[in-house]
Amino acid sequence: MAEEGRRKERIDRGIKIRTSGLYAISGWPELFYLIFPRFILIAGILSLPLVFSFAPYWRRVVCIVCIYAMLSIAFDFLANFVGLINLGSSFFIGLGGYLTAILNAQWGLPPVLSIPIATVAGAVISTILLLPCLPLRGIYFAIVSLMFPLIFEKLIQAFNILGGTNGIVGLDGFSNAWWEGYTIIVVTLIVLFGLRRLVNEDVGLVLRGVKDNDQAVKASGISVTFCKALAVFIASGIGCFAGAFLSHLYMWAGLSLFALDFSIMPIAATVIGGGGTLVGALIGSFILVPLSELLRSFGTLRVVFYSLVLTAFIIFKSEGIMVYAQRKYHQFERWVKV
Amino acid sequence: MGEGLKKPVITVEGLTKHFGGVYALKDVSFTLYEGDILGIIGPNGSGKTTLINCVTGFLKPDAGTVHFKDRDITGLAPHKIARLGVTRTFQVMRPYYSLPAYKNLIIPLWSPRVRKLGGWRGGGKHGDRDTVAVDILEEIGFERDSYVPYKLASSLPTGYLKRLELARCIALRPEVVICDEVFSGLSMSEIATMVPLIEKLQMEGMTLIMVEHRLRELFRVANRVMVLSYGDKITEGDPEVVIEDERVKEVYLGWEGEADD
Amino acid sequence: MEILFYGIINSISLALMALGFTLVYGISRVPNFAHGALYVFAGFLTWIILNKLGLPYPLAILLALICSALLGAVISMGVLVRIRGMEMSEVIATYALGVAILEGFRWAGFKGMTYTLPPFFKGSVQILGVPIDYQRIMVVVLGVAVLAALWLFTRLTRMGLALRGIAQDERAAMMLGIDSDFAATIAMGIGCALAGLAAVILLPLGNIVIEAGYNVLIFAIAVCVVGGLGSWGGAVIASFVIGFAQILTVAYIRPQFQMVVALLAILVTLIIRPSGFFGRQKELEERV
Repeated sequence: MAEEGRRKERIDRGIKIRTSGLYAISGWPELFYLIFPRFILIAGILSLPLVFSFAPYWRRVVCIVCIYAMLSIAFDFLANFVGLINLGSSFFIGLGGYLTAILNAQWGLPPVLSIPIATVAGAVISTILLLPCLPLRGIYFAIVSLMFPLIFEKLIQAFNILGGTNGIVGLDGFSNAWWEGYTIIVVTLIVLFGLRRLVNEDVGLVLRGVKDNDQAVKASGISVTFCKALAVFIASGIGCFAGAFLSHLYMWAGLSLFALDFSIMPIAATVIGGGGTLVGALIGSFILVPLSELLRSFGTLRVVFYSLVLTAFIIFKSEGIMVYAQRKYHQFERWVKV
Repeated sequence: MGEGLKKPVITVEGLTKHFGGVYALKDVSFTLYEGDILGIIGPNGSGKTTLINCVTGFLKPDAGTVHFKDRDITGLAPHKIARLGVTRTFQVMRPYYSLPAYKNLIIPLWSPRVRKLGGWRGGGKHGDRDTVAVDILEEIGFERDSYVPYKLASSLPTGYLKRLELARCIALRPEVVICDEVFSGLSMSEIATMVPLIEKLQMEGMTLIMVEHRLRELFRVANRVMVLSYGDKITEGDPEVVIEDERVKEVYLGWEGEADD
Repeated sequence: MEILFYGIINSISLALMALGFTLVYGISRVPNFAHGALYVFAGFLTWIILNKLGLPYPLAILLALICSALLGAVISMGVLVRIRGMEMSEVIATYALGVAILEGFRWAGFKGMTYTLPPFFKGSVQILGVPIDYQRIMVVVLGVAVLAALWLFTRLTRMGLALRGIAQDERAAMMLGIDSDFAATIAMGIGCALAGLAAVILLPLGNIVIEAGYNVLIFAIAVCVVGGLGSWGGAVIASFVIGFAQILTVAYIRPQFQMVVALLAILVTLIIRPSGFFGRQKELEERV
């Protein structure tokens, strides 16, 4: 990198003020400079169903990407803002999926009711189940969250409950493809920008405090367990919504909702996209999921592939794509003579 | 000296804590009266920090009780004790480095205690916390004009970090502040500006416990001093009396006695 | 009587599974989520060497163990040393590697019930009216032997003492001239070899299946959490507690509850005594 006699000089592009998210804008070019990336993101995602309107298969893939994106955002939120490493995102998917299946296929509630109820109920259940490991620091959360999807899968198989290995069939689908595509896209964008807002609000600062220094948070009279439970509630709610939506999309809830893909892909997407940015998690999923659809014929080799790419990113480029891109966008770089 | 008139705030009785076979605290008792500044001194490893940890709930004592105004707070969770109004600074400061200094105060300002007390001087409701935080920092010696409160915590020198730590306690509007070595690592001039702050807190009605190594400065502000050595309480009393105590001199034999007094 | 014998066998098996995990965690504070994958790796490797290369069984076992130790050392040097101290990266990297190994085997076609290792000795014997096959007795004998060997290794050899030093106080050990990265690599190597050893001892009792990778990881973690993370003695005692609990549930309730027992054990431990029933680590951590 550093070559003989010269070094890379970095200069801030100027309008960003050092503290917090305040910007001083004086004129259209600067406003454009700030809004342009956000606009590209939102417009790009919103236009995807239109672009793929003649390719139903890929339009379905867009929905799947959004589901993974929500999981990744939830993972990023827990890992990089609260300090909880969730190795079992598929648990949220499975919980949301099965709950909505019970509500919809067995009790006959319409999706408009069953999805929100499954979301909230799933979030409550996951928070309660994960509660024992929340007061503790360290790897306990990772351990327990890893175990839940595996154990639920085993239990459903062993007791042949909830449809056993066949799963629950006969869920209502969505009335048309536009409706399903735009519902999930809009919710994904709301989740993304909502969480971005949240982590910079006062509550979000407290959550970040829990990650950095939980002792000081305790000494400030705030219960660390409560904060973590709140964060887990939010994240698992997002995950359960994604799961509920997925099972309505497939009109089926089965054991494959607990599949490993749902656990490892969000981690890979977050690490590759850039942890701690939330947008990075979304972008990571938009790169990885279509790739994995293209590689579908390779079977489980896909999982091997993400795992290895993920490990490589952790070792060599742990900042991820998004952080790198942000730096390039906000700074000039040039070589200067030393 | 008229202690009968003052109300006891924190009463500690027979506090004992051991790690494995090592006793960090052996049957320590003391009473902290309202409005006092109690200094706790002792050589390294004499159990001062353990005592603080036991009082503020970060460690569970093996025996003994801690009362805060007639209420038994022994073994209560740290955040509950803090909510009652007993807060502490940490010897090892770990502010939220990636945030501007004033944002560090959002966390105590968000806490249920401050919200229940109705915020700070009418403010402290949502959105106002930033303003309140900057006000508190200004009070504690962050010059607003030089934008110090807006600087990232990672770019602040030790002196400011110690004040930030103190500000974090004050933001909670506490009744008792326990300071764990706020003077250590500071230059003489920084200490000189810190001492009036402590005195101001006392005048505002807060009760303080100060754990210190810097005896001279401590003896200037404290009106009672307690000496610990290897987990034992050796003596307690007025600073002038304690400093003349033979046993205290023995504990500090040689090094501290010459260096500091 | 049956419950007693099978309880002991199950407990020793759990101890064997958990030993590698607790060793690595105790020394380098890395939760090795690839532990289960290495268990399966050693099993399949032995099978491949035995059936495809046609080498004799003891040699196959030895080669498989050396390979898993080397794989562990490579993971440690290539990945873990670079991200030392970043807990999140360590967890994610080991988990991802474990998944990569397991799913790699699945992709290569190692599925179903066809992969078995032959027992060391065939046949069975009646002890106090309970039929027990020789392999299960071997599990107990070898398990105890491994435990004893490890105990002696950490008390008597120079390397073992260095590892214990690192486990107790990394910085102090580094000041005394112990290379902590090297020690972590050695620990990882030994830990992975132990996972492999557990595999070759236990797998002749059943089939080699990919899912075993996840189950072994969960059992190992359960034992370590109940015993106190990083505490070796605690892990052995905890494996007896969980081992008997599992055998009792299998005998009186339903066999499918084995995993649930492990999960419940973890949750109960975390609620009642998070540092584990025999670990002191949390207390040490809290000592500011």
